[in-house]
Amino acid sequence: MPVTAAKTIEQLAQAEARDYLWTLNFGPQHPATHTTLRLVLMLDGERVVDAIPDIGYLHSGFEKIGEHLNYNQYVTVTDRMNYISPLANNIAWHGAVEKLLGLELTPRCKYLRTILAELARISDHLLCNGAVGLDTGAFTYFLYAFYQREVLYDIFETLCGARFTNSYTRVGGVMYDATPLVIEKIRAFVKSFPKTLDDMDRLLNRNRIFVDRTKGVGILTKAEALSRSATGPIARASGVTRDLRKDEPYLAYEDFDFQVCCSPVGDCFARYLVRMAEMRESLRIVAQAIENLPSGPVNVLVDERTTLPSKQDVYSTIEGTISHFELVMANRGFTVPHDECYGAIEAPNGELGFYLAGDGTDVAYRARCRPPSYIHFALFPHLIRGHTLSDVVAVLGSLNIIAAELDR
Amino acid sequence: MIQPPTQTAVAAAFPALVWSEFRGGTRAVVPRDELYKTLEFLRDRHHFDLLVDITCVDYLNYRGATDRFGLVYLLAATETNERLTVRTFVNEPDLVVPSAVPLWKGADWMEREVWDMFGIQFEGHPDLRRILMPEEFTAFPLRKDYPLQGRGERHNFPVLTREEG
Repeated sequence: MPVTAAKTIEQLAQAEARDYLWTLNFGPQHPATHTTLRLVLMLDGERVVDAIPDIGYLHSGFEKIGEHLNYNQYVTVTDRMNYISPLANNIAWHGAVEKLLGLELTPRCKYLRTILAELARISDHLLCNGAVGLDTGAFTYFLYAFYQREVLYDIFETLCGARFTNSYTRVGGVMYDATPLVIEKIRAFVKSFPKTLDDMDRLLNRNRIFVDRTKGVGILTKAEALSRSATGPIARASGVTRDLRKDEPYLAYEDFDFQVCCSPVGDCFARYLVRMAEMRESLRIVAQAIENLPSGPVNVLVDERTTLPSKQDVYSTIEGTISHFELVMANRGFTVPHDECYGAIEAPNGELGFYLAGDGTDVAYRARCRPPSYIHFALFPHLIRGHTLSDVVAVLGSLNIIAAELDR
Repeated sequence: MIQPPTQTAVAAAFPALVWSEFRGGTRAVVPRDELYKTLEFLRDRHHFDLLVDITCVDYLNYRGATDRFGLVYLLAATETNERLTVRTFVNEPDLVVPSAVPLWKGADWMEREVWDMFGIQFEGHPDLRRILMPEEFTAFPLRKDYPLQGRGERHNFPVLTREEG
């Protein structure tokens, strides 16, 4: 039982005074938790007096595995953290690794990764908002969102062959360069998506039922958001103007014109609106990046000895052959500084960072992931106290908890 | 990245801090006894209002390491966009550090995870229980002396039948 046992006489007396409360187990298998997590709710009638989250059902030791897989292999595990936007995780992981190595990416790779990170953000926000709609009774809205996610999956599939678990990035570059077909598909998406966004806005933004269910529910003040380490759209919906894309520009974000979407309100409806607005800004970034995509190599040069050289290089140049050999042989690989660093990106859900300790080999000594879902789920009891049972799904949906990232 | 005036001010207030730079990030190693005071000073005087993460590294087989565990506090200032990594070292058998929950409420689950995975105790934490591993789990799985395959815990789970449940 996750409920803390009463320790003192006072606590026992308190427990007795609260004896009339109902205890309700919410999850671990429940359609509205979307994944595997459990809440123990204390109910006074229909009002939630307290909520005790119980997590760990999906814990699979990702950080331990990170100490046994090399920097390129581990990218497959990051796919499985926030599986709603795996490309963002890939980019976060290899962004941190490249920071540790001190690698400077090629301009084309920076632009390509920026485009993909933003497409991943759109895909994540579509799911989150779609699920909030679904949980509060707006099924049509959910279908609109999921139709567009399918289009995005199609782009990802054309890009790297996988719909769901992309594992697209490599240390110092990406798996394959984007083909003209991918560029064409992204262009088509940029053109067609605003129409769907408008439709989605019209479906829910002034929908009486939806607004009643989300407005004023689960309010998070700015001070609480900072104190409880909230980041990403959840913090921005509470008035924290922090966005790593602007504050600590990484990849190619400096080159683009976009806005940080904030709201001073901090309720579920504000979080929904911030996500909707962010999708439009993401689309702006994608539109600018795809038209200005630099040419040239997508991976870092052979001298860096981190990415596998192209087959043409391997067969026709001595540097290519040596570099290929060094990377492929089991006892070689690239060298990493004997030091520690933290690299983070603005993932769809918040700040996703990796704290890496390198020990000279190509396997991390420590690969700590700072998972936004984990930090945000700790907010939940604070947000739900005093609201009704039916608000649980609205608040849970607006926090966008992905249990695989929550438990890792 | 920390701005030089902030660093000078913090270094003047806490001379025991050891500073270092790596890849544009500033780090300060602080003795454990001054950890809480340093964090409080950084939050109240220098606007480090966001606790990004608390984590731990087990330096059991790390070349050149003299201490067993290194605790890492990643701080950020949302107004000035500064970042600072505060580290402190603890050794067995005295694995106790003051809890940061009175300073940042977000430290609650982060510290519970560090306790769960490394067995570091946070003095003053309101509810220090395991969070990801089951309650009855006895080991600390992210320590370097814990094998990747586990010690057979998975095979010895008690089986509960429907009648007993």
